[in-house]
Amino acid sequence: MATTTQSRDPSAARKTGSVSGVNGNMVTVAFDTAVTQNEVAYICVGEARLKSEVIRVRGNAADLQVFENTRDIRVGDRVEFTGDLLSVELGPGLLGRVFDGLQNPLPRLAEQAGAFLQRGLYLYPLDQDTEWDFTPRVKTGAILKAGDMVGTVPEGIFEHRIMVPFGWSEEWRVTWIAEAGPHKLSDAIAGLTNGVEERTVTLVQRWPVKVPITAYLEKRLPSEPLVTQQRIIDTFFPVAKGGTFCTPGPFGAGKTVLQHALARYSEVDVVVVAACGERAGEVVEILREYPHLEDPRTGRSLMDRTVIICNTSSMPVAAREASIYTSVTIAEYYRQMGLNCLLLADSTSRWAQAVREMSGRLEEIPGEEAFPAYLESLIAGFYERAGLTVLNDGTRGSVTIGGAVSPAGGNFEEPVTQATLKVVGCFLGLSRERANARRFPSIHPLESWSKYPSIANARDLARAGAVLRRGNEVDQMMKVVGEEGTQLEDFTTYLKSEFLDAVYLQQNTFDENDGATSAERQRYCFHKVIEVLEGAFDFKDKSEARAFFQQLRQHFIDWNYTAWGSLEFEEAEHRIDAELKRGAGAPVAAVA
Amino acid sequence: MRKVYHRIIQISGNVITVESADIPYASLAEVTSSRGTSLAQVIRLEGPRVSLQVFAGSRGISTDSQVRFLGRPMQVSSSDALLGRIFTGSGAPRDRGPRIEDDLIEVGGPSVNPTRRIIPRRMIRTGVPMIDLFNSLVESQKLPIFSVAGEPYNPLLARIAMQAEVDMILFGGMGLKYDDYLFFRNTLEEHGALSRSVLFVHTAADPVVECLLVPDLTLAVAEHFAVNGKRVLVLLTDMTNFCDALKEISITMEQIPSNRGYPGDLYSQLAARYEKAVDFETAGSITILSVTTMPGDDITHPVPDNTGYITEGQFYLRNGRIEPFGSLSRLKQLVNGSTRDDHRALMDTMIRLYADYRESLEKQAMGFRMSAWDDKLLKYGALFEERMMDLDVNIPLENALDLGWKTLAECFEPRETGIKTDLLQEFWPHAESPVDKE
Repeated sequence: MATTTQSRDPSAARKTGSVSGVNGNMVTVAFDTAVTQNEVAYICVGEARLKSEVIRVRGNAADLQVFENTRDIRVGDRVEFTGDLLSVELGPGLLGRVFDGLQNPLPRLAEQAGAFLQRGLYLYPLDQDTEWDFTPRVKTGAILKAGDMVGTVPEGIFEHRIMVPFGWSEEWRVTWIAEAGPHKLSDAIAGLTNGVEERTVTLVQRWPVKVPITAYLEKRLPSEPLVTQQRIIDTFFPVAKGGTFCTPGPFGAGKTVLQHALARYSEVDVVVVAACGERAGEVVEILREYPHLEDPRTGRSLMDRTVIICNTSSMPVAAREASIYTSVTIAEYYRQMGLNCLLLADSTSRWAQAVREMSGRLEEIPGEEAFPAYLESLIAGFYERAGLTVLNDGTRGSVTIGGAVSPAGGNFEEPVTQATLKVVGCFLGLSRERANARRFPSIHPLESWSKYPSIANARDLARAGAVLRRGNEVDQMMKVVGEEGTQLEDFTTYLKSEFLDAVYLQQNTFDENDGATSAERQRYCFHKVIEVLEGAFDFKDKSEARAFFQQLRQHFIDWNYTAWGSLEFEEAEHRIDAELKRGAGAPVAAVA
Repeated sequence: MRKVYHRIIQISGNVITVESADIPYASLAEVTSSRGTSLAQVIRLEGPRVSLQVFAGSRGISTDSQVRFLGRPMQVSSSDALLGRIFTGSGAPRDRGPRIEDDLIEVGGPSVNPTRRIIPRRMIRTGVPMIDLFNSLVESQKLPIFSVAGEPYNPLLARIAMQAEVDMILFGGMGLKYDDYLFFRNTLEEHGALSRSVLFVHTAADPVVECLLVPDLTLAVAEHFAVNGKRVLVLLTDMTNFCDALKEISITMEQIPSNRGYPGDLYSQLAARYEKAVDFETAGSITILSVTTMPGDDITHPVPDNTGYITEGQFYLRNGRIEPFGSLSRLKQLVNGSTRDDHRALMDTMIRLYADYRESLEKQAMGFRMSAWDDKLLKYGALFEERMMDLDVNIPLENALDLGWKTLAECFEPRETGIKTDLLQEFWPHAESPVDKE
């Protein structure tokens, strides 16, 4: 079994060069044939072959970014050019796997090399010995285009489509197709001709990561909500299937906890988690917990719908740059099967920093905060790979991208946040003040925005938004004139906005019931909250008002912690209703 | 026989350049000048030109000084003989003991495969309520103390180190005042902890390049002992000096600075060190506790900012107290669910009420009339600061929890706390039923 990528295409290793300089993870290579921009090359250091990518060519010198530690490279070391752009293997068996940014399977690396990563060790990403139960879906003579289904294999709960490779242009006629039965990844399962040449299709295909997969009919406007089960998102700042959103926030604001909640509770088919330049410990939580967590939609392990691309902060920085592209390519691949995919990238700032490091080594003229001038187009190009697509056979698939942003100093004016805000459809700004006050998720309800439709109705949303804004104004005012200088009516509005915040916007992600609120439950509870917000209460004084809302808040929080539809749920609701009736004066619930 | 070079063609900052062939990148050389011999490391290859960073600085190096390439990367001993010893940033003895050069291991080795890490699961008890109760320290955590110059961060670091239950203490001092170095050495000695410690100390008067090596040496040794089953606590103070050394050298190297003069790879540089914190499934662990001084108390300064994104929380030391706001232990959720049922709820509630107290305090300062609710908060805040925040308080977690309930009960009605009803029933320290009767 060929385990390393090196032996896949021996003829490609003909072009060679030799090292003429080393500066950090950038190596300059002298060559005398032709090289291709962004092609993969291997630097031979003793026994090891270090993967690298051509990023600039000047005269007879090519600059390579090396995806490994460059220790021990000498001037004169041999370099082999492959002629291939940086690519990933796409086929059945990706789900549930853990890869590094170059699609090396990390668990198998550990089996071979032990607890520490070993330089220059590359393994084939998929399992080449597994037999997949292939079912042909076309007949001999059928005319197919790139991305059309040839057959399927079952992968978990999905029908994994085996498709005509995405890079094949024009139309192809099926000359033969394998019968139903078990096949390995590299087995030829169909022959196709375009009249000029004949090619075979296997269960796996390669695709260059920095090129979007476009083997579909068209892109549609994202309009269907992607239910994340986070109340503040689904109700107030919704995300759509095929849309994009970003979660910038200073450290300690709960970006990663939010990303984990999204990975766990979002109602999508496939989740790709890109741990890009962040803490290794955060990935470990996913790695160790997901296999034991059940996906309530399918009854199977959460890991079965998850692919993890993990290039944490202490792993080589050039591979961090690649990891973002590797993850989005895998998400696009599953979109081609008519599935809804969610890519969570944590964090795009680390990716941008990797780009900046390389730009500095190339001695390019720096833009703002030393980021390269092409930063914005890179970020836009990445988010534009999201989308709701109509496939060739009319089915729909989507890739939704959510990027965490880690702005320096928590200041949203910095280049990465600003470039991101230009291209996303939803902005979930995390705030340090809210995090310090332990108001989680710390999405700021007055600064965030979304262009996608909510699961709640517009009238209620407008009402809740008005209470939040007015409550904030009163709060600001009280800081100047004090509580005694505030009208009882204004004070009640302030208490209402605090109430809305405490019982609806805040959510305890670590609680099994409160952590995930279904769309149905959100509509139901939001209606009850609106009832309180619209209630006309007749309080004697401010302390009575405060006591009333404190009690009500208590009942609501208890309610949030009960299971949907359970007996406790109904009991808690009765207590709220009783409190509402009995409260200070008779609340007049205005029903729309 | 290694060839010796006598022609240095460039000296700039701490970097010298010679012409040579077949030199491995990142390998070491010995530079001998009239001032003595220093180690140097290859930091750039450009055709025949080899640039080296001289650890002891380039002062006194002449164009005909000797350069002898060793052909190997930076190494450090991993022998048990290190215990109780003190070294400089280049690995030379700082005490009067002999050099140790057996069981050499490479410095700055590869990172741990993330799939071989495990979820941290053991709490490190420190006896400080602001840590144990509100921001529990967890084995394999990396946690800095953020503070400004003048705060007692080194005594706090030393106290936690003395009280924490670990097998070994690895100390890395960067840019330390000589007094501070003596303070740590004496503290370790007094508590009888020196025999299970190894110290790598760079003082403010030492060459700046050695400052850069301190964390790498310290962590390489720590990693060796952790792999061999030891639970190691690494103390690094002060990481801001490390970053400033990075800045100094990258600017000498004519790298484009990104933010306030710091190099663009500051984040990756810090992460490469902090990420050495690890818990192995079948071996030991590394816990890193560091000090990051914030220039001008500015948390958005590049050093604390980048650090905050890497570490798993931070202790924010201000006015001699660990601030409840800004302080955070990200891993506390992993351990504080299994300490006592009321731990999490009490922690959240007490902090929330303390935040409300701060607001009332502000109102009071502005001369507003205090409501009955404000008065309760004011009473609570004062008690909280006295019983929980004072750094002299030294009580086990369970006592701290009981004290927390007592404090709440002295100030509030149960329903005013917003704690779940079943917890109130179990823990509210009242003789009669805790739930309000209407």
